Amino acid sequence: MTPLLEAEGLARVYASRRGVFGRPVAVRAVDHVSLRLGRGETLGVVGESGSGKSTAGRLLLGFEAPDEGEARFDGAAMPPPGSPEWRRLRARMQMIYQDPLGALDRRLTVAAQVKEPLDIHGIGAPEDRAARAAELLAATGLSARIGARRPHELSGGQRQRAVIARALATRPDLLVCDEPVSALDVSIQAQVVNLLSDLQAELGLAMIFISHDLRVVRQISARVAVMYLGRIVEEGAADDIFARPVHPYTKALVSAAPAPGKTGKRILLEGEPPNPAARPSGCAFHPRCAVAVPRCRAEVPSLADLGAGRRAACHLVAPLSGQEAA
Amino acid sequence: MTPLVAISGLSVSFDGAAALHGVDLSLAPGEALGLVGESGSGKSVTWLAALGLLPPHAAVSGSVRLEGAEILGAPASTLDRLRGGRVAMIFQDPASSLNPVLTIGKQIGEALALHRGLDGRARMAEAKRLLDLVGMPDSARRLSAYPHELSGGQNQRAMIAMALAGRPDLLIADEPTTALDVTIQAQILELLASLRKETGMALVLISHDLGVVAETCDRVAVMYAGRIVEEAPALALFEAPRHPYAEGLIGALPLLDGPRRRLTAIPGTVPDPREAPPGCAFAPRCPKAASACAGAVPALTEVGPARRAACFFPLRSTPSRAERKVTA
Repeated sequence: MTPLLEAEGLARVYASRRGVFGRPVAVRAVDHVSLRLGRGETLGVVGESGSGKSTAGRLLLGFEAPDEGEARFDGAAMPPPGSPEWRRLRARMQMIYQDPLGALDRRLTVAAQVKEPLDIHGIGAPEDRAARAAELLAATGLSARIGARRPHELSGGQRQRAVIARALATRPDLLVCDEPVSALDVSIQAQVVNLLSDLQAELGLAMIFISHDLRVVRQISARVAVMYLGRIVEEGAADDIFARPVHPYTKALVSAAPAPGKTGKRILLEGEPPNPAARPSGCAFHPRCAVAVPRCRAEVPSLADLGAGRRAACHLVAPLSGQEAA
Repeated sequence: MTPLVAISGLSVSFDGAAALHGVDLSLAPGEALGLVGESGSGKSVTWLAALGLLPPHAAVSGSVRLEGAEILGAPASTLDRLRGGRVAMIFQDPASSLNPVLTIGKQIGEALALHRGLDGRARMAEAKRLLDLVGMPDSARRLSAYPHELSGGQNQRAMIAMALAGRPDLLIADEPTTALDVTIQAQILELLASLRKETGMALVLISHDLGVVAETCDRVAVMYAGRIVEEAPALALFEAPRHPYAEGLIGALPLLDGPRRRLTAIPGTVPDPREAPPGCAFAPRCPKAASACAGAVPALTEVGPARRAACFFPLRSTPSRAERKVTA
């Protein structure tokens, strides 16, 4: 079966200049990203700032055209942004951002905004659309009373529910969530994470969940890809990858994640997340890597299949073999 | 022993809406206290009020004693000497706390001139020493850098260096790592812990992230709607919370290991201070609420060794490992 979404060698290059008179430098925000997403699957994408995770999300949705490589949705190449085919495809893929207030129209009631995509894409009979909007609001835990309000009258969690309801209006096959719960308080974050998990299971949605928070990503994803400076450095099953990380960067991320009662010495990474405009040679992680060898400075490691559904891009990682790998 | 800070009955209201309802909290010299709670719980307001940093329309009452001396309502000259001197504070967003048109060296120098009376070469040498102390790479050159030339983590290090300029007995860190990447967060938390060890200063870490607080602090106070609802040694709190809100916060936190379980979300939202429910403010969201909970506000009372909770029906639990250690 063809995967719902397939990306091969995606790259996005921006020109950035330092200062007004600086020479433009090519910044590879996303570099050689390949991945597959089946129907109803959830892929988590984790990384720090500058890892290219958000840009990767926009490329996968076709919001931006890649400079290299190709994204295929449902077996067909992504049409160019703005074209009529591209517009039609919008109904099948939706995006949710961190800031729900910025994503909602301040002048319209929440119910009207949830109904809007139905009008735009001509879904259902016009007289049934208000009822469908109410149904969507109810599915995300919002009452009709809240539907009649405007965004500023809602709490942060309610706004994010409204955005989710609107994203689901066209019955999309794919939902890309970019830090959807990062701005929410812990108790509300748990409500929204549970809601997304439930909807995903009920509707068979495929989901790409982009976040810097490893704990939330593990909670919601079946598979996880870890990004560093524009590239995927490790990929594997959510339960496995954080329990037995193989890439030194993933190890450091897991070690840095705060947890109550955590014991043992932390792996502290030296230095800052590197600047995408000054990408280190070879493996981009080598200046911060405790186990780097000379080869890491010279040669970019490719994302190799390690078996057991795991891929990693590190010169020092051997293929996993049964129990030994654990 | 006199506590370093003793807050009692601290109340704050903004235009008639109460944000803080009589908070009692004390801190021993050198202790690390975590303050957790969601937005609007009053964790930041507590310290802003204690240091006289709230806007004039805030009505503040109660008492805040620093080594026995009352500082609430103290004259501006006293507070000016105190703030940035014996008590320093750092915030979530270092870039907006720093002055964008002054170099890092100049800004640390200002604090050194004000609180330590240093000038000239001695001031610059001390500024460089402080940058080295907070692990700023290439410190000599960073003295002449502007905040926009530094990363978020480096700016937070600069803020911490500035906070240390007055040799504080107490550092209040308000969500110091919330805006930082996780690997940088780990660096800053490690830095705060090692500075505390080296200088013997006390630390108040305000955070919404229980994981961050659990790792860094000895003792944790959980706040909800302007009140402390539970106070306990950090490990004991996570092993066996006694207040249903503390239990809810812990259950809402996804884990990085072990089997995946459904998150126990706390239903509803934090009440608006203008429409506070009668009785216990958490009752409308509490799975264990009974009729008594709407009738009166439960007081913060002793529920175990070094543990207090404000609940009519505190969760029963077998003594945790940490508690057994405390009693032994």
